[in-house]
Amino acid sequence: MAEQLLNEDVQKQVKEVLAPMEGSVKMVLFTKEDPCQTCGETRQLLNEVSALSEKIAVEEKDLNQDKDLAEKYGITMTPSFVVLDGEGNYKGVKFNGIPAGHEINSFLSALIDMSGVDYGFEAKDVEVIKNVKKPVNIKVFITLQCPHCPGAVQNAHRIAMLNDNIEGEMIEAQTFQELSQKFDVSGVPKIVINDEHELVGNQPLDQYIEYLQKL
Amino acid sequence: MFNFNVEKTTETTAFDNVKKWDMLIVGGGPAGLNAALYAKRKGMEVGILTDEIGGQLHNTATVDNYLGISDVEGADLSDKFLDHVQKLDVPILKSVRVEQIDHRDPDFDVLLTNGRVFRTKTVLIATGGFPRKLGVPGEKEFNNKGVTYCAICDAPFFKDKDVIVAGGGNAAAEGVLDLVPWAKSITVVHRSQWRADSVLLEKLNEIDKLTVHLETQIKEVYGDDTMQGIKAYDKVNDTMRDFKAEGLLIEIGRVPNTGYVKDLVETNDNNEILVDSNQETSIKGLYAAGDVVSQPFKQVVISSAEGAKAALAANQYLNSNYKENENYGRATT
Repeated sequence: MAEQLLNEDVQKQVKEVLAPMEGSVKMVLFTKEDPCQTCGETRQLLNEVSALSEKIAVEEKDLNQDKDLAEKYGITMTPSFVVLDGEGNYKGVKFNGIPAGHEINSFLSALIDMSGVDYGFEAKDVEVIKNVKKPVNIKVFITLQCPHCPGAVQNAHRIAMLNDNIEGEMIEAQTFQELSQKFDVSGVPKIVINDEHELVGNQPLDQYIEYLQKL
Repeated sequence: MFNFNVEKTTETTAFDNVKKWDMLIVGGGPAGLNAALYAKRKGMEVGILTDEIGGQLHNTATVDNYLGISDVEGADLSDKFLDHVQKLDVPILKSVRVEQIDHRDPDFDVLLTNGRVFRTKTVLIATGGFPRKLGVPGEKEFNNKGVTYCAICDAPFFKDKDVIVAGGGNAAAEGVLDLVPWAKSITVVHRSQWRADSVLLEKLNEIDKLTVHLETQIKEVYGDDTMQGIKAYDKVNDTMRDFKAEGLLIEIGRVPNTGYVKDLVETNDNNEILVDSNQETSIKGLYAAGDVVSQPFKQVVISSAEGAKAALAANQYLNSNYKENENYGRATT
């Protein structure tokens, strides 16, 4: 058996952090046969976190064999996973690459937020987000060493959870170098909205709101 | 493998309910967090408004000069600070920026960029600073195309590449150390002499792939789609030099984040806020602490201490200037 990724201390902390979870959530992980840089570690991480809370389920799919489901969630790379709500609905919360390093923080935050815990967005911001009628994709490129990145990923995911037209995805830049190069990523966090509007650095929520209002 | 510093859910309902705060702290770095700790312990109605938690600590890989806590990752130290503050249930509104502070004598209105306004009896400005720019041609053009201001964030992009580090202080020396696992070669180009701590310089002496050019001033960053190198003036030999590199880490200090109060408080020529020995600005009830103030030594321990001083001074100010019936729960000494 592989060595545990989360040692006993970290397991205890994760349990404490996840304690406020209200409803249940489900993670659907897409992997494939080799070569897949971090599929093994990502599988292990998701399973270890899932084992720490009865409210978290995890299911693994193969990108090549479960094509319809992958297409439903817009998954084209591995490892990628989505976090579904308690009823199994996709709310636009996606991680591409392992959320290790500092990104464990946005990962756990996504689980808590998806379980129904109020994350305190203001009513007027919620209204703007809910009124978005066009499809919006928010890509957040990160490195696992970046302490500013989890905040950016958290914002993207929280926005996505409020409107089915909006998707927020973390992209681990080292694992997905080709995609990172396509979007000229050499500094993180880099936020790309609808593949055209770029923000560099962690931005306050009103920067997103400003963009969404113009749609 | 994990930098575990999950921010616990912060209490924010107070920002809807409190009509007038005793103290609002703008900024979530060491100064702001320590001020919150001290203010809350005095019984003050205190809240934090911040873009991010951690401030400059989040750009620091390792902190080894905070008494009693040696060799700790910057983000981990920030988490310890936050954890301590959250144990006291200090409300924190994150992912917000302050646009303006208005003096409604004797109170203050703190206006956020999202339009929200909070009334408070005292304010602590603890918004730190932004990375200082070199101000040379090409720096902006190649920002995030080779030019970076955050070594720990962007070091992986410099894997097997030649990287230049601009600066001669502790942050530059630490930046070199952050790049060592990734870069093919590292060249420090600095316009004067080292100012970094000798303990750091000793570590740099052990790095084979490091070259140092002091008394050499960067004049230009050049490239095509991405950065390809820099041109710099060698003061000793009175000649221009060309350094080929795909990366440039700029660590030449910080500029204070004081634009939103520049018309409100007195500042020095560097836009740093002038404060008295109680961290009070030119306006009564308005305090500043940490990297925004004019004291020259930008250190975690100093920022933290200034935050504590500001909170204690604000408590005294409140006791002297606000009526007893508004003084519920607050310590009177």
